[in-house]
Amino acid sequence: MISATHYLILSLILLSLGLIGVMMRRNFITVLMSLELIFNAVNLNLIAFSYQLGDLSGQILAIFVITVAAAEAAIGLGLIIALTRLRNTVNLDEVHEMEG
Amino acid sequence: MDFLVAHFAELLFYFLAGLTVLFALGVVLFKNPVHSALSLLATFVTVAMLFIFSHAEFLGAVQLMVYAGGIMVLFLFVIMLARTEGIQSEAAFLSNMAPAAVVGGVLLGALISAGILLGVLASGHGNPAALEMVDGARLGNTEAVSMLLYTKYLIPFEVVSVILLVAMIGAIVFGRKDRFSEVGKEEVDS
Repeated sequence: MISATHYLILSLILLSLGLIGVMMRRNFITVLMSLELIFNAVNLNLIAFSYQLGDLSGQILAIFVITVAAAEAAIGLGLIIALTRLRNTVNLDEVHEMEG
Repeated sequence: MDFLVAHFAELLFYFLAGLTVLFALGVVLFKNPVHSALSLLATFVTVAMLFIFSHAEFLGAVQLMVYAGGIMVLFLFVIMLARTEGIQSEAAFLSNMAPAAVVGGVLLGALISAGILLGVLASGHGNPAALEMVDGARLGNTEAVSMLLYTKYLIPFEVVSVILLVAMIGAIVFGRKDRFSEVGKEEVDS
């Protein structure tokens, strides 16, 4: 029997992989892809609990998460276009005007 | 053969989950962003299958259309426009490896133990019928989701559409050409 625990472990692995990608990779485009992995982990959690509890609210929330992820991807990719135009790079280590 | 028939759902889940983890690893580890993007596409497809597997058929279709159809095309276009050949040196890759490995490992252990605990606490078996009910009649997942979305969750739905509008305007502003050429000119003048 596949329970919510299986889905939780899979989604935690996805979340950790996404987090490691965000921290390790220096390519802005790959960092955005790792963020999408994290969004997918969230959606898997929501769907698993929606199934286990027999409550559709989780699926509605997952739709909202997908919408916000699409908005985030559009903004992030717009930033990449602006960055390449301004600095001709997508390496996050070379962008340090704010001294962060 | 009897084992296969009796445990078909479990085997299918493990197969899909394994594929998902493999492709997600590919997203993080491939050096070429195009390979990462294709790996991410495969991850989206397997996750959509897992959605359908747990009786979220409408969300599986949405995942395929929005992620695999929309966002991936956007990613590939940007990779094409942003000419990333120059930055794939070994130094640019895996630059913060040691702290990331420690933080990621500790977090993975803590989260998996918390997840197992949560899964044990929230016991009970799935109830697929409840995901297809509309006013007491069992119509289907898409009908049930849309009924809930346009009645109980109407205001969040409208708010999210405003977020999409803001993101669209923001992306257009960032992508406009003349704005950044002017910024460049000011830097040259001063």
